[in-house]
Amino acid sequence: MSDAQLSRGARWFQALAGDSSTQAPVLSGDAPLGGETAHFFSVVPDPANRFPRATDNVVGLEQGWRLARAVRDAIARDEASGTRRPIVAIVDVKSQAYGYREEMLGIHLACAAAVDAYAAARDAGHPVIALIVGPAMSGAFLAHGYQGNRIVALDAPGTMVHAMGKEAAARVTRRTVEALDALGETIVPMSYSMASFAKLGLLDQLIEGVDADAPDAAQIERVRQVLSEQLRSVRDDGRRNLAHRLESEAAQKNRAASIEVRRRLAEQWDAV
Amino acid sequence: MNTLATAQPAPMLRESFIEMPARERARSLLDAGTFRELLGPFDKIESPWLPLQGVVCQADDGCVIARGTIDGEPAVVAAIESAFQGGSIGEVSGSKIAAALELALRDCERGKIVRPVVLFETGGVRLQEANLGLAVIAEIQAAIVALRRHVPVVGVIAGMVGCFGGMSLAAALCSYLVVTKQGRLGMNGPEVIEQEAGIDELDASDRRRVWQLIGGEQRTATALADTLVDDDADAVRAAVRSAFEQGVPAAHRTEQVDVFLDRLARIDPAGVTPENMRDVFNHRTQNESRKEQA
Repeated sequence: MSDAQLSRGARWFQALAGDSSTQAPVLSGDAPLGGETAHFFSVVPDPANRFPRATDNVVGLEQGWRLARAVRDAIARDEASGTRRPIVAIVDVKSQAYGYREEMLGIHLACAAAVDAYAAARDAGHPVIALIVGPAMSGAFLAHGYQGNRIVALDAPGTMVHAMGKEAAARVTRRTVEALDALGETIVPMSYSMASFAKLGLLDQLIEGVDADAPDAAQIERVRQVLSEQLRSVRDDGRRNLAHRLESEAAQKNRAASIEVRRRLAEQWDAV
Repeated sequence: MNTLATAQPAPMLRESFIEMPARERARSLLDAGTFRELLGPFDKIESPWLPLQGVVCQADDGCVIARGTIDGEPAVVAAIESAFQGGSIGEVSGSKIAAALELALRDCERGKIVRPVVLFETGGVRLQEANLGLAVIAEIQAAIVALRRHVPVVGVIAGMVGCFGGMSLAAALCSYLVVTKQGRLGMNGPEVIEQEAGIDELDASDRRRVWQLIGGEQRTATALADTLVDDDADAVRAAVRSAFEQGVPAAHRTEQVDVFLDRLARIDPAGVTPENMRDVFNHRTQNESRKEQA
Protein backbone atom coordinates (compact mmCIF):
# COMPACT_ATOMS: atom_id res chain seq x y z
CA MET A 1 0.00 0.00 0.00
CA SER A 2 1.53 3.31 -1.03
CA ASP A 3 1.74 6.12 1.45
CA ALA A 4 -0.91 8.15 -0.36
CA GLN A 5 -3.44 5.34 0.05
CA LEU A 6 -2.98 4.89 3.76
CA SER A 7 -6.18 5.20 5.74
CA ARG A 8 -6.13 7.70 8.56
CA GLY A 9 -6.13 4.86 11.05
CA ALA A 10 -3.02 3.40 9.39
CA ARG A 11 -1.31 6.78 8.95
CA TRP A 12 -1.72 7.78 12.58
CA PHE A 13 -0.70 4.34 13.78
CA GLN A 14 2.49 4.66 11.77
CA ALA A 15 3.06 8.21 13.02
CA LEU A 16 2.60 7.34 16.69
CA ALA A 17 3.64 3.70 16.96
CA GLY A 18 5.74 2.89 13.89
CA ASP A 19 5.58 -0.69 12.64
CA SER A 20 2.79 -3.02 13.60
CA SER A 21 3.39 -6.42 15.16
CA THR A 22 0.09 -7.64 13.72
CA GLN A 23 -1.34 -7.50 10.23
CA ALA A 24 -4.45 -5.75 8.91
CA PRO A 25 -7.23 -5.39 9.85
CA VAL A 26 -5.93 -4.79 13.39
CA LEU A 27 -2.60 -3.03 13.91
CA SER A 28 -0.87 -3.18 17.27
CA GLY A 29 2.44 -2.00 18.57
CA ASP A 30 4.27 -0.41 21.47
CA ALA A 31 5.84 3.03 21.45
CA PRO A 32 7.00 5.69 23.94
CA LEU A 33 4.40 8.07 25.34
CA GLY A 34 4.87 10.55 28.15
CA GLY A 35 7.86 8.75 29.63
CA GLU A 36 6.08 5.40 29.49
CA THR A 37 5.61 2.76 26.82
CA ALA A 38 2.09 2.67 25.45
CA HIS A 39 0.23 -0.02 23.53
CA PHE A 40 -1.34 1.36 20.33
CA PHE A 41 -4.18 -0.26 18.39
CA SER A 42 -5.86 0.67 15.13
CA VAL A 43 -8.42 -0.87 12.78
CA VAL A 44 -7.48 -0.45 9.12
CA PRO A 45 -8.88 -1.54 5.74
CA ASP A 46 -8.16 -5.17 4.86
CA PRO A 47 -8.92 -5.70 1.17
CA ALA A 48 -8.11 -9.42 1.44
CA ASN A 49 -10.39 -10.12 4.41
CA ARG A 50 -12.17 -13.48 4.15
CA PHE A 51 -15.45 -11.74 4.85
CA PRO A 52 -16.32 -9.58 1.83
CA ARG A 53 -18.48 -7.20 3.85
CA ALA A 54 -15.57 -6.38 6.14
CA THR A 55 -12.76 -5.24 3.84
CA ASP A 56 -12.98 -1.53 4.62
CA ASN A 57 -12.21 0.31 7.87
CA VAL A 58 -15.19 -1.30 9.57
CA VAL A 59 -15.46 -3.55 12.60
CA GLY A 60 -16.54 -7.00 11.52
CA LEU A 61 -16.13 -10.49 12.93
CA GLU A 62 -12.35 -10.76 12.61
CA GLN A 63 -11.77 -7.13 13.57
CA GLY A 64 -13.74 -7.56 16.80
CA TRP A 65 -12.10 -10.79 17.87
CA ARG A 66 -8.59 -9.69 16.80
CA LEU A 67 -8.93 -6.44 18.70
CA ALA A 68 -9.92 -8.47 21.74
CA ARG A 69 -6.89 -10.73 21.22
CA ALA A 70 -4.47 -7.81 20.78
CA VAL A 71 -5.74 -5.87 23.80
CA ARG A 72 -5.79 -8.97 25.99
CA ASP A 73 -2.23 -9.82 24.89
CA ALA A 74 -1.19 -6.35 26.06
CA ILE A 75 -2.91 -6.90 29.41
CA ALA A 76 -1.22 -10.28 29.77
CA ARG A 77 2.23 -8.85 29.03
CA ASP A 78 1.85 -6.40 31.90
CA GLU A 79 0.25 -8.80 34.34
CA ALA A 80 3.42 -10.22 35.83
CA SER A 81 5.36 -6.96 36.01
CA GLY A 82 2.72 -5.04 37.91
CA THR A 83 3.07 -2.08 35.56
CA ARG A 84 -0.11 -1.11 33.78
CA ARG A 85 1.00 0.50 30.57
CA PRO A 86 -1.33 2.89 28.78
CA ILE A 87 -3.45 1.81 25.84
CA VAL A 88 -4.26 4.10 22.93
CA ALA A 89 -7.07 3.23 20.52
CA ILE A 90 -6.62 5.10 17.25
CA VAL A 91 -10.17 5.45 15.97
CA ASP A 92 -11.02 5.62 12.26
CA VAL A 93 -13.97 3.26 11.88
CA LYS A 94 -16.86 4.15 9.63
CA SER A 95 -19.29 1.46 10.83
CA GLN A 96 -19.74 -2.09 11.93
CA ALA A 97 -19.82 -4.60 9.05
CA TYR A 98 -23.30 -5.06 7.64
CA GLY A 99 -23.83 -8.56 6.29
CA TYR A 100 -25.79 -11.80 6.39
CA ARG A 101 -22.78 -13.87 7.48
CA GLU A 102 -21.79 -11.29 10.04
CA GLU A 103 -25.16 -11.61 11.78
CA MET A 104 -25.15 -15.39 11.48
CA LEU A 105 -21.70 -15.76 13.04
CA GLY A 106 -22.36 -13.32 15.84
CA ILE A 107 -20.84 -9.95 14.97
CA HIS A 108 -22.58 -8.67 18.11
CA LEU A 109 -20.43 -11.05 20.15
CA ALA A 110 -17.24 -10.18 18.25
CA CYS A 111 -17.79 -6.47 18.94
CA ALA A 112 -18.71 -7.24 22.55
CA ALA A 113 -15.43 -9.15 22.93
CA ALA A 114 -13.56 -5.98 21.95
CA VAL A 115 -15.68 -3.91 24.36
CA ASP A 116 -14.88 -6.43 27.08
CA ALA A 117 -11.14 -6.38 26.38
CA TYR A 118 -10.90 -2.58 26.55
CA ALA A 119 -13.13 -2.44 29.66
CA ALA A 120 -11.09 -5.21 31.28
CA ALA A 121 -7.89 -3.27 30.54
CA ARG A 122 -9.35 -0.11 32.10
CA ASP A 123 -10.63 -2.02 35.12
CA ALA A 124 -7.18 -3.59 35.55
CA GLY A 125 -5.60 -0.14 35.78
CA HIS A 126 -4.40 0.47 32.24
CA PRO A 127 -5.17 4.06 31.27
CA VAL A 128 -7.18 3.71 28.06
CA ILE A 129 -7.30 6.71 25.70
CA ALA A 130 -9.27 6.94 22.46
CA LEU A 131 -7.80 9.18 19.76
CA ILE A 132 -10.41 9.93 17.09
CA VAL A 133 -8.75 10.69 13.73
CA GLY A 134 -11.67 9.79 11.43
CA PRO A 135 -15.24 8.60 11.80
CA ALA A 136 -16.11 6.94 15.13
CA MET A 137 -19.42 5.46 14.24
CA SER A 138 -22.00 3.58 16.21
CA GLY A 139 -21.22 -0.04 17.08
CA ALA A 140 -17.73 0.27 15.64
CA PHE A 141 -16.88 3.01 18.15
CA LEU A 142 -18.46 1.02 20.98
CA ALA A 143 -16.06 -1.81 20.10
CA HIS A 144 -13.01 0.36 19.54
CA GLY A 145 -12.57 3.40 21.75
CA TYR A 146 -15.75 4.09 23.69
CA GLN A 147 -14.58 2.19 26.79
CA GLY A 148 -11.68 4.60 27.20
CA ASN A 149 -10.97 6.61 30.36
CA ARG A 150 -10.45 9.62 28.10
CA ILE A 151 -11.50 10.54 24.57
CA VAL A 152 -9.72 13.10 22.39
CA ALA A 153 -10.29 13.96 18.74
CA LEU A 154 -8.68 15.84 15.90
CA ASP A 155 -10.67 18.91 14.92
CA ALA A 156 -10.56 18.06 11.23
CA PRO A 157 -12.98 17.37 8.38
CA GLY A 158 -14.16 13.77 8.58
CA THR A 159 -13.86 13.24 12.32
CA MET A 160 -17.25 12.54 13.84
CA VAL A 161 -19.06 10.48 16.42
CA HIS A 162 -22.55 9.28 15.76
CA ALA A 163 -25.03 6.46 16.25
CA MET A 164 -25.92 6.17 12.59
CA GLY A 165 -24.50 7.38 9.27
CA LYS A 166 -26.08 10.61 8.13
CA GLU A 167 -27.74 9.25 5.01
CA ALA A 168 -29.21 6.25 6.81
CA ALA A 169 -30.38 8.40 9.73
CA ALA A 170 -32.11 10.73 7.29
CA ARG A 171 -33.92 7.77 5.68
CA VAL A 172 -34.97 6.22 8.96
CA THR A 173 -36.22 9.47 10.51
CA ARG A 174 -37.77 10.53 7.17
CA ARG A 175 -35.82 13.75 7.03
CA THR A 176 -33.47 15.24 4.47
CA VAL A 177 -29.76 15.39 5.25
CA GLU A 178 -30.12 19.18 5.35
CA ALA A 179 -32.98 18.95 7.86
CA LEU A 180 -30.89 16.58 9.95
CA ASP A 181 -28.02 19.07 9.98
CA ALA A 182 -30.39 21.85 10.98
CA LEU A 183 -31.75 19.71 13.82
CA GLY A 184 -28.21 19.10 15.04
CA GLU A 185 -27.83 22.85 15.49
CA THR A 186 -30.48 22.90 18.21
CA ILE A 187 -30.48 19.35 19.54
CA VAL A 188 -26.96 18.68 20.69
CA PRO A 189 -26.94 14.85 20.75
CA MET A 190 -28.27 14.77 17.17
CA SER A 191 -25.34 16.73 15.77
CA TYR A 192 -22.52 15.14 13.80
CA SER A 193 -19.93 17.77 14.71
CA MET A 194 -17.12 17.08 17.14
CA ALA A 195 -17.81 20.43 18.81
CA SER A 196 -21.30 19.21 19.71
CA PHE A 197 -19.94 15.90 20.93
CA ALA A 198 -17.69 17.95 23.22
CA LYS A 199 -20.74 19.79 24.56
CA LEU A 200 -22.02 16.46 25.91
CA GLY A 201 -18.99 16.23 28.18
CA LEU A 202 -17.81 13.14 26.35
CA LEU A 203 -14.76 14.67 24.69
CA ASP A 204 -11.76 15.52 26.84
CA GLN A 205 -9.95 17.53 24.21
CA LEU A 206 -10.51 18.72 20.68
CA ILE A 207 -7.10 19.02 19.04
CA GLU A 208 -7.05 21.94 16.65
CA GLY A 209 -4.72 22.81 13.83
CA VAL A 210 -3.74 19.30 12.81
CA ASP A 211 -3.95 17.97 9.25
CA ALA A 212 -5.60 14.58 9.78
CA ASP A 213 -4.49 13.24 6.38
CA ALA A 214 -0.96 14.62 6.11
CA PRO A 215 0.29 15.70 9.52
CA ASP A 216 3.75 17.21 9.78
CA ALA A 217 6.22 16.33 12.52
CA ALA A 218 5.18 19.23 14.75
CA GLN A 219 1.51 18.24 14.50
CA ILE A 220 2.28 14.62 15.36
CA GLU A 221 4.31 15.83 18.32
CA ARG A 222 1.39 17.99 19.43
CA VAL A 223 -0.97 14.98 19.34
CA ARG A 224 1.57 12.96 21.31
CA GLN A 225 1.69 15.80 23.83
CA VAL A 226 -2.10 15.78 24.22
CA LEU A 227 -2.10 12.01 24.72
CA SER A 228 0.61 12.37 27.40
CA GLU A 229 -1.43 15.00 29.22
CA GLN A 230 -4.52 12.80 29.17
CA LEU A 231 -2.44 9.89 30.38
CA ARG A 232 -1.26 11.96 33.33
CA SER A 233 -4.81 13.00 34.04
CA VAL A 234 -5.95 9.36 34.20
CA ARG A 235 -3.03 8.40 36.43
CA ASP A 236 -3.71 11.33 38.77
CA ASP A 237 -7.42 10.58 38.86
CA GLY A 238 -6.87 6.94 39.81
CA ARG A 239 -10.45 5.85 39.17
CA ARG A 240 -10.96 3.05 36.71
CA ASN A 241 -14.61 3.60 35.81
CA LEU A 242 -16.31 6.08 33.46
CA ALA A 243 -17.63 8.43 36.17
CA HIS A 244 -15.34 11.19 34.85
CA ARG A 245 -17.68 11.59 31.86
CA LEU A 246 -20.42 13.11 34.01
CA GLU A 247 -18.28 15.64 35.82
CA SER A 248 -17.39 18.39 33.37
CA GLU A 249 -19.28 21.66 33.10
CA ALA A 250 -20.53 20.54 29.71
CA ALA A 251 -21.93 17.34 31.21
CA GLN A 252 -23.61 19.24 34.04
CA LYS A 253 -25.44 21.20 31.39
CA ASN A 254 -26.19 18.74 28.60
CA ARG A 255 -26.26 15.49 30.56
CA ALA A 256 -28.25 16.82 33.47
CA ALA A 257 -30.78 13.99 33.06
CA SER A 258 -28.04 11.33 33.24
CA ILE A 259 -26.82 12.87 36.49
CA GLU A 260 -30.32 13.29 37.90
CA VAL A 261 -31.24 9.66 37.15
CA ARG A 262 -28.18 8.44 39.04
CA ARG A 263 -28.77 10.76 41.99
CA ARG A 264 -32.40 9.85 42.47
CA LEU A 265 -31.99 6.15 41.80
CA ALA A 266 -29.32 6.06 44.51
CA GLU A 267 -31.75 7.75 46.92
CA GLN A 268 -34.39 5.12 46.26
CA TRP A 269 -32.05 2.15 46.03
CA ASP A 270 -32.44 0.96 49.59
CA ALA A 271 -35.99 0.85 50.91
CA VAL A 272 -36.61 3.36 53.70
CA MET B 1 -69.49 -25.53 26.57
CA ASN B 2 -70.04 -25.01 30.24
CA THR B 3 -70.69 -28.66 31.00
CA LEU B 4 -67.67 -29.68 28.99
CA ALA B 5 -65.47 -27.24 30.89
CA THR B 6 -66.60 -28.43 34.28
CA ALA B 7 -66.50 -32.08 33.34
CA GLN B 8 -62.82 -31.91 32.45
CA PRO B 9 -59.95 -30.95 34.71
CA ALA B 10 -58.98 -27.34 34.24
CA PRO B 11 -56.28 -27.07 31.56
CA MET B 12 -52.85 -25.92 32.73
CA LEU B 13 -52.81 -22.24 31.93
CA ARG B 14 -49.57 -20.87 30.68
CA GLU B 15 -49.06 -17.21 31.26
CA SER B 16 -47.40 -15.59 28.26
CA PHE B 17 -44.28 -13.65 29.17
CA ILE B 18 -44.10 -11.95 25.79
CA GLU B 19 -47.52 -10.39 26.18
CA MET B 20 -46.63 -8.75 29.50
CA PRO B 21 -45.57 -5.11 29.56
CA ALA B 22 -42.15 -4.38 31.07
CA ARG B 23 -43.48 -3.65 34.56
CA GLU B 24 -45.31 -6.99 34.76
CA ARG B 25 -42.32 -8.84 33.37
CA ALA B 26 -40.14 -7.42 36.13
CA ARG B 27 -42.76 -8.25 38.74
CA SER B 28 -43.10 -11.82 37.51
CA LEU B 29 -39.34 -12.47 37.78
CA LEU B 30 -39.09 -11.27 41.37
CA ASP B 31 -40.28 -13.32 44.36
CA ALA B 32 -43.98 -12.78 44.98
CA GLY B 33 -44.72 -9.59 46.88
CA THR B 34 -41.18 -8.20 46.72
CA PHE B 35 -41.49 -5.96 43.64
CA ARG B 36 -40.58 -2.34 44.38
CA GLU B 37 -40.20 0.06 41.48
CA LEU B 38 -37.49 2.74 41.51
CA LEU B 39 -37.83 5.95 39.53
CA GLY B 40 -41.36 5.00 38.58
CA PRO B 41 -43.81 7.02 36.49
CA PHE B 42 -44.65 9.29 39.46
CA ASP B 43 -41.04 10.42 39.65
CA LYS B 44 -41.56 11.72 36.13
CA ILE B 45 -38.01 11.73 34.87
CA GLU B 46 -38.66 12.06 31.17
CA SER B 47 -36.54 12.49 28.10
CA PRO B 48 -35.38 16.10 27.81
CA TRP B 49 -34.82 15.63 24.07
CA LEU B 50 -38.06 14.20 22.70
CA PRO B 51 -40.29 17.27 23.37
CA LEU B 52 -37.84 19.40 21.37
CA GLN B 53 -38.71 17.20 18.41
CA GLY B 54 -42.45 17.09 18.93
CA VAL B 55 -42.43 13.53 20.31
CA VAL B 56 -44.65 12.77 23.31
CA CYS B 57 -42.74 11.56 26.37
CA GLN B 58 -43.53 8.69 28.68
CA ALA B 59 -43.16 9.21 32.44
CA ASP B 60 -40.81 6.23 32.83
CA ASP B 61 -39.05 6.78 29.48
CA GLY B 62 -39.81 3.18 28.56
CA CYS B 63 -37.67 1.55 31.21
CA VAL B 64 -38.72 -0.05 34.50
CA ILE B 65 -36.21 -0.55 37.32
CA ALA B 66 -37.43 -2.82 40.09
CA ARG B 67 -35.85 -4.14 43.25
CA GLY B 68 -36.95 -7.22 45.11
CA THR B 69 -35.59 -10.68 45.68
CA ILE B 70 -34.94 -13.70 43.48
CA ASP B 71 -34.90 -16.95 45.44
CA GLY B 72 -34.68 -14.82 48.55
CA GLU B 73 -31.55 -12.98 47.38
CA PRO B 74 -31.54 -9.21 46.78
CA ALA B 75 -32.08 -8.47 43.11
CA VAL B 76 -32.61 -5.69 40.62
CA VAL B 77 -34.44 -6.04 37.33
CA ALA B 78 -34.13 -3.55 34.46
CA ALA B 79 -36.95 -4.10 31.98
CA ILE B 80 -37.18 -2.25 28.68
CA GLU B 81 -40.71 -1.45 27.48
CA SER B 82 -40.98 -2.23 23.77
CA ALA B 83 -44.28 -0.35 23.47
CA PHE B 84 -42.53 3.01 23.94
CA GLN B 85 -40.40 4.06 20.95
CA GLY B 86 -39.63 0.44 20.10
CA GLY B 87 -37.67 -0.02 23.31
CA SER B 88 -35.07 2.38 21.99
CA ILE B 89 -32.38 3.60 24.37
CA GLY B 90 -32.47 7.29 25.18
CA GLU B 91 -30.49 9.28 27.73
CA VAL B 92 -32.96 8.60 30.56
CA SER B 93 -33.96 5.00 29.84
CA GLY B 94 -30.34 4.01 29.27
CA SER B 95 -29.08 5.90 32.31
CA LYS B 96 -31.66 4.10 34.43
CA ILE B 97 -30.19 0.76 33.37
CA ALA B 98 -26.58 1.94 33.76
CA ALA B 99 -27.29 3.49 37.18
CA ALA B 100 -29.07 0.35 38.43
CA LEU B 101 -26.12 -1.80 37.39
CA GLU B 102 -23.63 0.69 38.90
CA LEU B 103 -25.49 0.60 42.23
CA ALA B 104 -25.57 -3.19 42.14
CA LEU B 105 -21.81 -3.07 41.56
CA ARG B 106 -21.35 -0.70 44.50
CA ASP B 107 -23.25 -3.10 46.75
CA CYS B 108 -21.34 -6.12 45.45
CA GLU B 109 -18.02 -4.35 46.11
CA ARG B 110 -19.21 -3.85 49.69
CA GLY B 111 -19.86 -7.56 49.95
CA LYS B 112 -23.62 -7.29 49.49
CA ILE B 113 -24.47 -9.33 46.44
CA VAL B 114 -27.33 -8.04 44.26
CA ARG B 115 -28.59 -10.25 41.44
CA PRO B 116 -28.97 -8.20 38.24
CA VAL B 117 -31.37 -9.10 35.42
CA VAL B 118 -31.77 -7.12 32.20
CA LEU B 119 -34.85 -7.67 30.04
CA PHE B 120 -33.75 -6.65 26.55
CA GLU B 121 -36.44 -5.52 24.17
CA THR B 122 -34.82 -2.90 22.03
CA GLY B 123 -33.80 -1.81 18.58
CA GLY B 124 -30.79 -0.02 20.08
CA VAL B 125 -30.07 3.70 20.17
CA ARG B 126 -33.05 6.06 20.08
CA LEU B 127 -32.18 8.11 17.03
CA GLN B 128 -33.77 11.29 18.41
CA GLU B 129 -31.15 11.17 21.18
CA ALA B 130 -28.48 9.68 18.97
CA ASN B 131 -25.12 10.40 20.60
CA LEU B 132 -26.44 10.24 24.14
CA GLY B 133 -28.10 6.90 23.41
CA LEU B 134 -24.74 5.60 22.21
CA ALA B 135 -22.94 7.07 25.23
CA VAL B 136 -25.26 5.48 27.78
CA ILE B 137 -25.00 2.13 26.01
CA ALA B 138 -21.20 2.32 26.47
CA GLU B 139 -21.86 3.01 30.16
CA ILE B 140 -24.25 0.04 30.43
CA GLN B 141 -21.58 -2.16 28.86
CA ALA B 142 -18.90 -0.89 31.25
CA ALA B 143 -21.16 -1.65 34.20
CA ILE B 144 -21.95 -5.19 33.01
CA VAL B 145 -18.26 -6.04 32.57
CA ALA B 146 -17.40 -4.73 36.04
CA LEU B 147 -20.42 -6.31 37.73
CA ARG B 148 -20.23 -9.81 36.33
CA ARG B 149 -17.01 -10.51 38.21
CA HIS B 150 -19.07 -10.50 41.39
CA VAL B 151 -22.36 -12.00 40.32
CA PRO B 152 -23.80 -13.40 37.09
CA VAL B 153 -25.53 -10.75 34.99
CA VAL B 154 -28.53 -12.47 33.44
CA GLY B 155 -30.10 -11.21 30.22
CA VAL B 156 -33.49 -12.19 28.86
CA ILE B 157 -34.60 -11.68 25.26
CA ALA B 158 -38.24 -12.69 25.11
CA GLY B 159 -39.52 -10.86 22.03
CA MET B 160 -41.24 -9.63 20.04
CA VAL B 161 -38.94 -6.69 19.35
CA GLY B 162 -35.74 -8.61 20.06
CA CYS B 163 -32.37 -7.06 20.85
CA PHE B 164 -30.38 -5.08 18.31
CA GLY B 165 -27.78 -2.37 17.83
CA GLY B 166 -25.41 -1.47 20.63
CA MET B 167 -27.65 -3.28 23.09
CA SER B 168 -26.92 -6.58 21.34
CA LEU B 169 -23.34 -6.09 22.51
CA ALA B 170 -24.63 -5.49 26.04
CA ALA B 171 -26.60 -8.73 25.79
CA ALA B 172 -23.51 -10.56 24.56
CA LEU B 173 -21.62 -9.34 27.64
CA CYS B 174 -24.15 -10.95 29.99
CA SER B 175 -23.08 -14.06 31.89
CA TYR B 176 -26.14 -15.96 30.75
CA LEU B 177 -28.74 -15.27 28.09
CA VAL B 178 -32.26 -16.68 28.33
CA VAL B 179 -34.21 -16.49 25.06
CA THR B 180 -37.50 -17.62 23.60
CA LYS B 181 -38.03 -18.78 20.03
CA GLN B 182 -39.56 -15.39 19.39
CA GLY B 183 -36.58 -13.47 20.77
CA ARG B 184 -34.20 -12.32 18.06
CA LEU B 185 -30.62 -11.24 18.73
CA GLY B 186 -28.47 -9.42 16.21
CA MET B 187 -26.32 -6.34 15.83
CA ASN B 188 -27.90 -5.03 12.66
CA GLY B 189 -31.59 -5.58 12.12
CA PRO B 190 -32.64 -7.30 8.88
CA GLU B 191 -33.94 -4.03 7.44
CA VAL B 192 -30.61 -2.33 8.12
CA ILE B 193 -28.70 -5.14 6.40
CA GLU B 194 -30.98 -4.98 3.40
CA GLN B 195 -30.60 -1.22 3.23
CA GLU B 196 -26.82 -1.18 3.65
CA ALA B 197 -25.86 -4.30 1.73
CA GLY B 198 -28.71 -4.79 -0.73
CA ILE B 199 -31.57 -7.24 -1.03
CA ASP B 200 -29.27 -9.92 -2.45
CA GLU B 201 -27.46 -9.95 0.90
CA LEU B 202 -30.66 -10.35 2.89
CA ASP B 203 -34.34 -9.97 2.02
CA ALA B 204 -35.74 -8.53 5.25
CA SER B 205 -39.26 -9.54 4.25
CA ASP B 206 -38.26 -13.23 4.16
CA ARG B 207 -39.28 -13.80 7.75
CA ARG B 208 -38.48 -17.48 7.84
CA ARG B 209 -34.91 -16.81 6.74
CA VAL B 210 -34.57 -14.07 9.33
CA TRP B 211 -35.77 -16.32 12.18
CA GLN B 212 -33.40 -19.06 11.06
CA LEU B 213 -30.59 -16.53 11.12
CA ILE B 214 -31.04 -14.66 14.40
CA GLY B 215 -33.99 -16.29 16.20
CA GLY B 216 -33.71 -17.61 19.75
CA GLU B 217 -33.67 -21.25 18.69
CA GLN B 218 -30.71 -20.75 16.35
CA ARG B 219 -28.86 -18.57 18.87
CA THR B 220 -29.20 -21.29 21.50
CA ALA B 221 -28.26 -24.10 19.11
CA THR B 222 -25.09 -22.23 18.20
CA ALA B 223 -24.24 -21.43 21.85
CA LEU B 224 -24.61 -17.68 21.35
CA ALA B 225 -27.40 -17.90 23.93
CA ASP B 226 -27.64 -20.29 26.86
CA THR B 227 -31.22 -21.30 27.57
CA LEU B 228 -34.19 -21.59 25.23
CA VAL B 229 -37.51 -21.36 27.02
CA ASP B 230 -41.16 -21.39 26.01
CA ASP B 231 -43.14 -18.19 26.14
CA ASP B 232 -44.22 -18.99 29.68
CA ALA B 233 -43.65 -16.73 32.68
CA ASP B 234 -42.91 -19.72 34.94
CA ALA B 235 -40.35 -21.08 32.49
CA VAL B 236 -38.59 -17.71 32.18
CA ARG B 237 -38.51 -17.33 35.95
CA ALA B 238 -37.11 -20.84 36.39
CA ALA B 239 -34.41 -20.25 33.77
CA VAL B 240 -33.33 -16.98 35.42
CA ARG B 241 -33.13 -18.63 38.84
CA SER B 242 -31.18 -21.53 37.47
CA ALA B 243 -28.72 -19.13 35.81
CA PHE B 244 -27.98 -17.50 39.17
CA GLU B 245 -27.55 -20.91 40.75
CA GLN B 246 -24.81 -21.70 38.24
CA GLY B 247 -22.75 -18.79 39.55
CA VAL B 248 -20.21 -16.72 37.68
CA PRO B 249 -18.90 -18.71 34.68
CA ALA B 250 -15.19 -19.62 34.61
CA ALA B 251 -14.87 -17.69 31.36
CA HIS B 252 -17.54 -15.46 29.91
CA ARG B 253 -18.32 -15.87 26.23
CA THR B 254 -16.62 -12.56 25.38
CA GLU B 255 -13.47 -13.71 27.19
CA GLN B 256 -13.13 -16.89 25.13
CA VAL B 257 -11.20 -15.13 22.41
CA ASP B 258 -9.11 -18.05 21.16
CA VAL B 259 -12.13 -20.36 21.11
CA PHE B 260 -14.04 -18.02 18.85
CA LEU B 261 -11.07 -17.09 16.66
CA ASP B 262 -10.59 -20.81 16.13
CA ARG B 263 -14.25 -21.33 15.29
CA LEU B 264 -14.18 -18.44 12.87
CA ALA B 265 -11.09 -19.89 11.19
CA ARG B 266 -12.95 -23.19 10.70
CA ILE B 267 -15.84 -21.46 8.93
CA ASP B 268 -15.89 -21.20 5.17
CA PRO B 269 -17.49 -17.80 4.51
CA ALA B 270 -18.62 -18.88 1.06
CA GLY B 271 -20.44 -22.00 2.17
CA VAL B 272 -21.61 -21.28 5.70
CA THR B 273 -25.32 -21.63 6.48
CA PRO B 274 -27.27 -21.35 9.74
CA GLU B 275 -27.51 -25.17 9.68
CA ASN B 276 -23.90 -26.16 9.03
CA MET B 277 -22.61 -23.43 11.33
CA ARG B 278 -23.93 -25.56 14.20
CA ASP B 279 -21.17 -28.11 13.56
CA VAL B 280 -18.60 -25.53 14.64
CA PHE B 281 -20.59 -23.29 16.98
CA ASN B 282 -22.26 -25.39 19.68
CA HIS B 283 -22.42 -25.98 23.41
CA ARG B 284 -20.37 -29.17 23.19
CA THR B 285 -17.22 -27.47 21.91
CA GLN B 286 -17.88 -24.56 24.25
CA ASN B 287 -17.95 -26.84 27.29
CA GLU B 288 -14.76 -28.55 26.23
CA SER B 289 -12.99 -25.25 25.83
CA ARG B 290 -14.24 -24.02 29.19
CA LYS B 291 -12.71 -27.08 30.79
CA GLU B 292 -9.42 -26.40 29.02
CA GLN B 293 -9.33 -22.85 30.27
CA ALA B 294 -10.19 -23.96 33.79
